[in-house]
Amino acid sequence: MLLEAPFTEEKMRALKVGDLVEITGVVYTGRDAVHKYLHDGGKPPVVLRDAIIYHCGPVVVKEGGRWVVKAAGPTTSIREEPFQGPLMEQYGLRGVIGKGGMGPKTLAACQKVGACYLHAVGGAAQVLAECVTDVLGVHMMEEFGSPEAIWEFRVARFPAVVTMDSHGKSLHASVASASAEVLSRLLKP
Amino acid sequence: MDAKMLQARLLELIRRTSCELPPDVIREIEKGWRREKSDTNAKYAFGVIRDNIGLAAVKSQPLCQDTGTIICDVARPDWVSERAFRAAFEKAVDEATRVGYLRQNSVDSVTGRNSGNNLGPGSPVIHFHETTARSLTARLMLKGGGCENVGAQYSLPDTSLGAGRDLEGVRICVLDAVHKAQGKGCGPGVLGVCIGGDRATGYVASKETLLRSLDDANEDPVLAKLERRLLDEANTLGIGPMGFGGATTLLGVKITARNRVPASFFVSVSYMCWAYRRDGFQLSAAGKIAKWLYD
Ligand code: SF4
Repeated sequence: MLLEAPFTEEKMRALKVGDLVEITGVVYTGRDAVHKYLHDGGKPPVVLRDAIIYHCGPVVVKEGGRWVVKAAGPTTSIREEPFQGPLMEQYGLRGVIGKGGMGPKTLAACQKVGACYLHAVGGAAQVLAECVTDVLGVHMMEEFGSPEAIWEFRVARFPAVVTMDSHGKSLHASVASASAEVLSRLLKP
Repeated sequence: MDAKMLQARLLELIRRTSCELPPDVIREIEKGWRREKSDTNAKYAFGVIRDNIGLAAVKSQPLCQDTGTIICDVARPDWVSERAFRAAFEKAVDEATRVGYLRQNSVDSVTGRNSGNNLGPGSPVIHFHETTARSLTARLMLKGGGCENVGAQYSLPDTSLGAGRDLEGVRICVLDAVHKAQGKGCGPGVLGVCIGGDRATGYVASKETLLRSLDDANEDPVLAKLERRLLDEANTLGIGPMGFGGATTLLGVKITARNRVPASFFVSVSYMCWAYRRDGFQLSAAGKIAKWLYD
């Protein structure tokens, strides 16, 4: 299903674990440096209310005076677990795109503010780069360097699976427990 | 062959490895894609993976932006010294980083500074073996960080798992590692397993065994049987691509063994993501690529 900007609480609350979405609108990249900076009280250079953050350190180059995205796959999200929940609550983030899923703190924040975790296909750097139709700007490039900067990407039909929703459900938790059951059968002497 | 030509051939090896998956890996990904039921997230993930493989090859751009740890395995004939090979390879790595086949991916562990060209202490990794053959054989693997992080080493007996010092104990460890990894290593993955060795050689051998072709059979019938069993059992876990759930949790299992001291029994597991970037060639003394090893 299409998930189009503006990313309202209502739209995010309507999503459920397992839903396949195609995101159209603006997303902001942010990884370790940005999360730490914001969590330490740094002032966000963009409006984070109703925003979607993309855990991604893209490869972006300037060609003929404009930015061109060469690779833009997701990076492992769990590293931001200490920061993500509080930032979601503080700024009213509506979503996080990443890979590998996140923990209970983020899940609780999703429930509280009405947000989702959107799992992109890890490793699919080229397909996902093609979904970036426009680079609208870049922030904190000086401080953090290109992969850690906040890139403002306009994306079209960016594919992701809702793996954590605002109803307290996590696909990661359910796959882990279902596979644990199979495992215990396989290991029975 | 002069140094310039060797460097150019090695650059081509890096480009091909970073941008194109070898046919044996693509075949297993196709099998996995066919195995998944339609209208599932697993099928969808495979669809994106297939599209990505095609796009990266056409655009000659890295499959994944994490171009990983650079590991090269070389069978070296006497017409090239280790020193000369290393110099040519480092120049090729530097150039590959400048033209974008590799990301700036090597960070000083003390200062946190990125070297900017993938060179530095321990990078790239090169393993040399001597060969009496006339041609040089080089195999290259780009091992991503996400999948490296879910690798694991067990010391048997492991009472919490109930794993003893036998092949049944090995089976328990390997399945435990797959379960713990879930989708975090960008599955479906391929496991390289080493039974025995010390902690260091065990991990090295677990990576070396990932240089085998995915569709070969282990020469040791006992290990061949264990490989097949572990692959089948892992695929009943239901973890699926990206951990979305599904029938394809692993694409392959490769096992090797090393002697151990009586007091130790290690099982080392390396996890390789679906972006299984490894390739290799045979290079004649005149600088001709005689053969791509996985074609
Ligand atoms: S685990 Fe592999 S596919 Fe995933 S991000 Fe790392 S290198 Fe890329």
